[in-house]
Amino acid sequence: MWNIPFFPPTASKEGEAISTLYWTITWLAIFFGAIVLFGAIYLAVKYRASNEAVRRDDAVETDLRLELGWTLIPLVLALAIFGWSAKLYGDIYAPREGAYEVFVVGKQWMWHCQHPNGIRENNELHLPAGRLVKVTVISQDVIHAFSIPAFRVKRDAVPGRYNTVYFTPTQPGKYHLFCTEYCGTKHSEMIGWVYVLPSEEFQQWLAKGAGGAGAAAVGLSLEEQGKQVFEGVGACNSCHMNPNAAVKAPDLRGLFGSKVKLADGRTVVADEAYIRESILNPGAKVVEGYQPVMPPYQGVLSEEQIIQLTAYIKSLAKEQPAGGK
Amino acid sequence: MATITAQTGTERINYLNVRTTVASWLLTLDHKRIGILYLLGITLFFFLGSLAAAAIRLELATPKGDLMTSDTYNKMFTIHGVLMIFFFLIPSIPASFGNFVLPMMIGARDVAFPRLNLLSWYFYMIGGVLATIALLKGGIDTGWTFYTPYSSAFAKGEVSLAIVGVFLVGFSSIFTGINFLVTIHKMRAPGMTWFRLPLFVWAMYATSLIQVLGTPVVAITLLLVAVERTFGIGIFDPNRGGDPILFQHLFWFYSHPAVYIMILPGMGVISEVIATFSRRRVFGYHFVAFSSLAIAIIGFLVWGHHMFSTGQSIYAGIVFSFLTFLVAIPSAIKTFNWMATIWKGRVHWEAPMIYALGFLGLFVIGGLTGLHLASLATNVHLTDTYFVVAHFHYVMVGGAIMAYMAALHYWWPKMTGRMYPQSWAKLAALMVFVGFNLTFFPQFILGYMGMPRRYHSYPEEWWALNLLSSAGASILGLGYLLPAIYLVWSLKYGRIAEKNPWGARGLEWEVVDTLPHPHNFERTPIVTRPAYDYAHPEEPTAIFPAPRPAYVGGGGKDG
Repeated sequence: MWNIPFFPPTASKEGEAISTLYWTITWLAIFFGAIVLFGAIYLAVKYRASNEAVRRDDAVETDLRLELGWTLIPLVLALAIFGWSAKLYGDIYAPREGAYEVFVVGKQWMWHCQHPNGIRENNELHLPAGRLVKVTVISQDVIHAFSIPAFRVKRDAVPGRYNTVYFTPTQPGKYHLFCTEYCGTKHSEMIGWVYVLPSEEFQQWLAKGAGGAGAAAVGLSLEEQGKQVFEGVGACNSCHMNPNAAVKAPDLRGLFGSKVKLADGRTVVADEAYIRESILNPGAKVVEGYQPVMPPYQGVLSEEQIIQLTAYIKSLAKEQPAGGK
Repeated sequence: MATITAQTGTERINYLNVRTTVASWLLTLDHKRIGILYLLGITLFFFLGSLAAAAIRLELATPKGDLMTSDTYNKMFTIHGVLMIFFFLIPSIPASFGNFVLPMMIGARDVAFPRLNLLSWYFYMIGGVLATIALLKGGIDTGWTFYTPYSSAFAKGEVSLAIVGVFLVGFSSIFTGINFLVTIHKMRAPGMTWFRLPLFVWAMYATSLIQVLGTPVVAITLLLVAVERTFGIGIFDPNRGGDPILFQHLFWFYSHPAVYIMILPGMGVISEVIATFSRRRVFGYHFVAFSSLAIAIIGFLVWGHHMFSTGQSIYAGIVFSFLTFLVAIPSAIKTFNWMATIWKGRVHWEAPMIYALGFLGLFVIGGLTGLHLASLATNVHLTDTYFVVAHFHYVMVGGAIMAYMAALHYWWPKMTGRMYPQSWAKLAALMVFVGFNLTFFPQFILGYMGMPRRYHSYPEEWWALNLLSSAGASILGLGYLLPAIYLVWSLKYGRIAEKNPWGARGLEWEVVDTLPHPHNFERTPIVTRPAYDYAHPEEPTAIFPAPRPAYVGGGGKDG
């Protein structure tokens, strides 16, 4: 009980910048707070009714210069903080290239993390130091929030929606992972640990498969697992990319990232959200030239399987569609 | 008729002794009695909400969830939030003190729609009873925010019943808002121009605007949650084609402005109290008045700052952050003007003034920590942590409840005709200030370290600060119990109050009796001076036209 920390560890590049911003605002707040708190008490004591030794006959009821002063000075400071913080907000939420990608699924009441090489972890997440990381979060039930205070980042895990967050861990160590959006009975037990490993150690950990208790070793990579779903439980290959299929279904090769023309005339980019929606609710966006005959997979596939399928479909982006486009 | 009864007893007729049956209270159309009814109602719900708070702080005194189950704990913070927000803070100052003093302040005999006023109290009480039944019948564990899809598709319990309760209390709030808007527009006494109005009236005007424009949105939104629960229509549930984030937009479209429903009336009270006890016109009157309107208007455009991490577009986040910084400025303007009012004033350190100074000290901390949350990048780290809990308690408890206590101690003599013991009141104000800071300041530190809100258990290293917070809460609790004791005591044993015990300016002190006449003014005053005219003590705020001949034999007491 007597080991009392007053500050969180700062273990990411973005976290250091956000921490500097935090303390700048804090010192400004202390400065203005002290002016008001001690200023008001000082004035109330100095001008107490019994004190006749102060001058009051020159009191005015308003003063435009004072009003402008205490309007404009706070306004300028506020706008400066606004601009600074908006820049840092972009650093963690705007898309960035070249990141190590991790998928996280929140569900009542655990965190399920998937690495690109197929390693899965529950309530633990191993990350490399010194490398930009992209976490894509989604929820399988209610809204959760994926929060790592040591990195100063957080992202809501919303059902039906992929959210992303970027950060660069710098300090190897063990850090808290919390759910910060109230999600029911065991909200406060939806916690875990993030382990930041030096780059080489992380590679070894990846190769070894499973170090921590929460990690499950799977021999297959994420896209290979996706292929299994594609051909197994999903049975997607009975129509898609099956030359003998009775039903005409769009070719998925070269699809990811391309522009898709829809039957209603709209054009959409085939990103993760589009692929997810087209699996779960195929009728929402029907590709031009095709019939809305695909069954919805809502409730059939888990979020993890959809992430695996998406990884597989992504891997097909490099291939050419059968008939050309 | 009133003048006849007035002469029959030794006591002058007033709003309390004019009729004393229970029915005369339950069917009263007198704004003052309705104010008292509201005061009793909100005191009850404040007490119930405080019990839940005590249970929360007891549980958090140790890191493990050992006092109650997680479900019970989740119900406790839901009870605390629902009762304190919807049944205490929102109606607190407007429905009790607003009802009691606003018509007097503008020289009116009552509000514009007395029956609507009484109806609003019944809606409030029925809503409160329904919500309490829902909370007792197994309770609800959604949090006061009712976030979907948890509330609509997952939570068990009497969510729909609680929602109907909140829906009804929402209408009581709308009725009060309509009443005050019309009253302020149409019922000001002759000579009571807009810029002679006390600033409390300006604050109530701004508050009423928000109540009328914002409350219908939350009422409909919560009803949609009940519809989704009952009929399975997918409005917010993504598995049924809905959008859970849509709920947050609709909810915060009201619930952020609702924060200003809670704090604006408090700001109005502080303007009154600081002017009275500094014996000085509020500095920069026009700036303070218009800053209330600016808060009400800009306050409608900042709701998205509750959603910076939900995945709304980055550009939306930037716009909402910008507007949030803008809405901070009017509060800064008010604060500096209050300080300038004390400057070169003649300060009387009476209990209401101590509460007002406490308000300044706590509200400024609440306001300034709002900057951490308005700013995008720090918000992402701090949102849904104890930093937010501390921030809004500094504004809502340190600000709004401090102002509520200032109002209670300021207008108590007018309402009850009795004085309370000053030294006890000052001690209570000090205890609240100290206890409050001990309770909530450690929560800023916990929040920066990342402690999530609504956690039933927490890591061991945060024990000491949580224990400090719980210890502070017990002092805070005593600080609130103390006034309950000496105020009730004063009803019987307190010194009889004079008409204007504080030496204040304003119609409710200079003209209206202690205790007020059922119609406040036996004749309509003609207002001749602006509010807070302490610079001209020889000039009365209002004059009265020569009485009509028919009146001469009647009572003949001028104010």
